Amino acid sequence: MLKRLHSNNRIQMVIGLLAGIVFGFLLQKGGVAKYDVIMGQLLLKDFTVIKIMLSAILVGTVGIYFMKGFEMIELHPKPGSIGITVIGGLIFGVGFALLGYCPGTISAAIGQGNLDALLGGFVGILIGSGIFAHLYPKLDRVLKFGWFGEITLPEILKVNHWIVIIPVCILIVIFFYILESTGL
Amino acid sequence: MEFLTLKIWSPYIVGAGIGILSWFTFLISNKPIGCSTAFARTSGMIEQIITGKSLNNQPYYQKFPVVIDWEWMFVIGIIIGSIISALLSGEFQFRFIPSLWMARFGIAFFPRFITALLGGIVLGIGARWAGGCTSGHGISGTMQLALSSWLAAILFFVGGVFAARIIYYGLGG
Repeated sequence: MLKRLHSNNRIQMVIGLLAGIVFGFLLQKGGVAKYDVIMGQLLLKDFTVIKIMLSAILVGTVGIYFMKGFEMIELHPKPGSIGITVIGGLIFGVGFALLGYCPGTISAAIGQGNLDALLGGFVGILIGSGIFAHLYPKLDRVLKFGWFGEITLPEILKVNHWIVIIPVCILIVIFFYILESTGL
Repeated sequence: MEFLTLKIWSPYIVGAGIGILSWFTFLISNKPIGCSTAFARTSGMIEQIITGKSLNNQPYYQKFPVVIDWEWMFVIGIIIGSIISALLSGEFQFRFIPSLWMARFGIAFFPRFITALLGGIVLGIGARWAGGCTSGHGISGTMQLALSSWLAAILFFVGGVFAARIIYYGLGG
């Protein structure tokens, strides 16, 4: 579906920009363009980041698998391995705590005028990305270690996706209830 | 339209909005939301300008060519969207140091600058190593129920919570 629209590069550039504007607007309104809110999450004192992410997952998962059921969209799960996902994830976490922003929220932080984000973090992410690009050929064996590929949770469990989605959604709602009732 | 000038929205509304935005990016653009690949492409562009040499023969840039694409425009959009939101609510302000940092580490800009720069380098390496960031894995990948993304998202926070404790409270904390 919409294949012609997908392959119209010029229109897609405009759509990408517009989608980014909406995303940036939402991040700023959600307060996650602020170092204080993100560090508050990592110090487990402010759960705004987790509330936003899990609400997005809740709403997103249901809609995306609904549309996939009607073959309106195709999925794009990212490949992974122990070497890629576990090591990369932990390195990212350490950088996340030092910087107090991530690649999306730092762009929103720059938009609201945070100069530590612009002069320090933004430049740092560009340097780090470049370092990885040059290391990449040497990391082949590490990155392939424990390869599991683009598999999804319903594929691993060999069940219909709604068997996974419904319990995940219930768990997210229960987690929200616990957060709200403890005042976090 | 008063809600557009509010300083803060409920995190549940914001999250739901991001979820709905994702439906549309999948449907209209056949793309999940993501940010960190755009940083890799930009890094390549700057390196090409500085060194004057093409990076097209490098294995990494063969996978992620140094071009302006949908995701690159998306990241530019984030900056613009945040400016609009902050201007509407009167929140736009140039600030050197976040208040939580200032309360713990003082008012000098240099320590914050160096930590942010170093943090950005580590984060940049980690995002490209893991193949995505808090948006690409943490939001878009998890909503597709990808194993890689759930594992990555959990480890982003495991690493982040652990490192944040050490940074703010020291090894004894």
